[in-house]
Amino acid sequence: MNKQEQVGNHDKKIIIVCHGTGCVSSDSPLVLKTLQQHITEQALDNIDTKFSGCHGCCEQGPIVIVEPEGIFYAQVKVDDVPEIVENHLKNNRPVERLFYKDPNTKEAIAHYRDIPFYAKQQRVILRNCGHINPEIIDDYVAVGGYEALQKALKMTPDEVIAEVKKAGLRGRGGAGFPTAQKWEFCRRSPGEQKYMVCNADEGDPGAFMDRSTLEADPHSVVEGMTIAAYAIGASKGYFYVRAEYPLAVKRLRVAIQQAEGRHYIGDNILGSGFSCKLYVKEGAGAFVCGEETALLASIEGKRGAPRPRPPFPAVSGLWGKPTTIDNVKSLANIPVIISHGADWYSAIGTEKSKGTAVFALTGNVSNSGLIEVPMGITLRQIIYDIGGGIPGGKAFKAVQIGGPSGGCLPESALDLPIDFDSLSKAGAMMGSGGMVVMNQDTCMVDTARFFLNFTQSESCGKCVPCRVGTNRMLEILTRITKGLGTESDIELLLRMADVVKNTSLCGLGQTSPNPILTTIKYFREEYDEHVNSRRCRAGVCKALINYYIEPSKCQACQICFRQCPVSAIEGSKGTIHIIDQDKCTKCGTCIAVCPARFSAVIVISGEPVPTAPPENERAVVRAKAEK
Amino acid sequence: MQLDLSLMDSLLQKYKGQEDALITMLQEIQGIYSYLPEDALDRLSLNTGVSLSQIYSVATFYAQFYLKPRGRSTIRICRGTACHVRGGNRILDTVERELGIKEGETSADLEFSLETVACIGACALAPTMVIGETTYGKMTSNRVAEIFRQRRNKE
Repeated sequence: MNKQEQVGNHDKKIIIVCHGTGCVSSDSPLVLKTLQQHITEQALDNIDTKFSGCHGCCEQGPIVIVEPEGIFYAQVKVDDVPEIVENHLKNNRPVERLFYKDPNTKEAIAHYRDIPFYAKQQRVILRNCGHINPEIIDDYVAVGGYEALQKALKMTPDEVIAEVKKAGLRGRGGAGFPTAQKWEFCRRSPGEQKYMVCNADEGDPGAFMDRSTLEADPHSVVEGMTIAAYAIGASKGYFYVRAEYPLAVKRLRVAIQQAEGRHYIGDNILGSGFSCKLYVKEGAGAFVCGEETALLASIEGKRGAPRPRPPFPAVSGLWGKPTTIDNVKSLANIPVIISHGADWYSAIGTEKSKGTAVFALTGNVSNSGLIEVPMGITLRQIIYDIGGGIPGGKAFKAVQIGGPSGGCLPESALDLPIDFDSLSKAGAMMGSGGMVVMNQDTCMVDTARFFLNFTQSESCGKCVPCRVGTNRMLEILTRITKGLGTESDIELLLRMADVVKNTSLCGLGQTSPNPILTTIKYFREEYDEHVNSRRCRAGVCKALINYYIEPSKCQACQICFRQCPVSAIEGSKGTIHIIDQDKCTKCGTCIAVCPARFSAVIVISGEPVPTAPPENERAVVRAKAEK
Repeated sequence: MQLDLSLMDSLLQKYKGQEDALITMLQEIQGIYSYLPEDALDRLSLNTGVSLSQIYSVATFYAQFYLKPRGRSTIRICRGTACHVRGGNRILDTVERELGIKEGETSADLEFSLETVACIGACALAPTMVIGETTYGKMTSNRVAEIFRQRRNKE
């Protein structure tokens, strides 16, 4: 264990403060400003400060890292700054109090590299995230940035495509189509004008890796984009970014401007004779625009409705010209493949899925954040080794992978080595890489309803199976969660899911039944309970639950009594509290505020609420005070 | 309230003749007026030659565009999966109760508009809520009440 270890004072120190969205919303800019003030005031001239993009360990933000020793401070507040400056920066005694604490062993870990969250990861796409200042091109160049572009420009476009093909790169947008094959189609398509498009319309609820990559390392995507444009012969490229990501849009614009200034993009790039201009287009809030033909319509300024394929965009895309569309992460991979070579890259991963996968690990897991792992790792390693397991002593129930297009996998799937093919086989998909861990308190029927509610409202309405089908499936699921479902509803759901899956126009509709199909496949008993015994075992479906105060545990502390927004709790000091079931709106405030040492409020489902104790038995029996 | 349509002049000039700029122009118009006023869309149609029906088809397709005036601050409650799993619904309930308006509505004093958003991409901080440009993470019902109390005290 590293205790306030002495560090040699030979190097200039660099303090890096994370400015990812997570850390910014917990005040990291103020932490950086305060650090700079202290450093200036005390004239500490051997110390540099800078900010970086997302470190991925968002749960622990704001994150501050001190290099070269690699000390990692978690949850740093403005008030902690003087102590860091005084003890660590001036006297080389790192502040142990602020070290990362392992959620299970409570052990304090000093160094970035020793934290299990990072130690088990392999960062290729996110290689620079958190280490460079995303708004300074020299930071990117210093770590080998734009070398791949220079190398690629000396190769022929066909050689570039051959290298990517040999690397075995598959598109990171979700379906896993081989990237080089897509490029080849487009290159061979006849036409003077071709377009390169980067799909950064990350619409999945529960995924934020494209955002983090653009915010933390925009140049890697710009470089990958330029190499791709060179390979397919495109003179114009568009980044299609969600308007909800203002910081990503800003950093991308800065990166493009800087790259133009260095002639990495623009006319006659680095004297090669190849020219390419890059533009940023902001989306306007439509999930379906992640689908490639809808995305192209949106860039053209139209409604983002998909169209049937063929013709594929490689033949007839933007304004009818041959177009290649690649995801942010696919493009971020390109510079590494060109620099390090296909052999280096294809050594990572499994036989059919090369390289790494980025997941947004969230939900009921101790270390939520952004992770990158080699393909072939198991879900168990991700959730327990990197994610630190399920917090609060609760039991694991399911892991949802791939967002609204993906599925929920149960405990039995935890040892599945994950890659594109194994996930599809299990009924989920890589999708955008959202990975939401769910504990015992998550209702699987409600989860299916949640996703259907999303796809139904995002359906563009063009084709009947998706427009009507998602609506009807949502109606059935809502009925079941309200306790009004019948046995035949589940069979009807399965039949409709099959039709919607096979007949919808685009990926949004085709994959929308996946959450239903997987929850029925793996958690059928929860559906049956909702239908047959009006029971929601997770205590989520409001129509099927009641809150109840256990008389033997209530200490009449009056906290729930005071906080109940609808005054449905009756009681006074010394008198056991009772919930008036007719008034209760089931908002859950009482169970949330009841002190953990009493835990008197419980959820009852599938059985009648016990009658309240009579008036003469309502005096509180005090729990003995512990000494 | 009289609308100053001359505020549109520079953007009409900037995107003149650009066939793909409709969405960008609508975004900038909304940036000026905070919503898309009918008169502004009329002028846009006359100026660009894009039919009003086409402009409306785009304006009503994307979630980002509003055809009615908005509150001074927009409150967005995230309904992403991570937020949902960590109790995002309760946050929406609480905000609705605090403001006395439902999702999609604007308060009578035009102070707040309340909406939900598919995902703000800060899943590790779930459940989250955004007021204006400020993101609030790891929300609880109590923290919602606290935040509104603080805002009221500031006024």
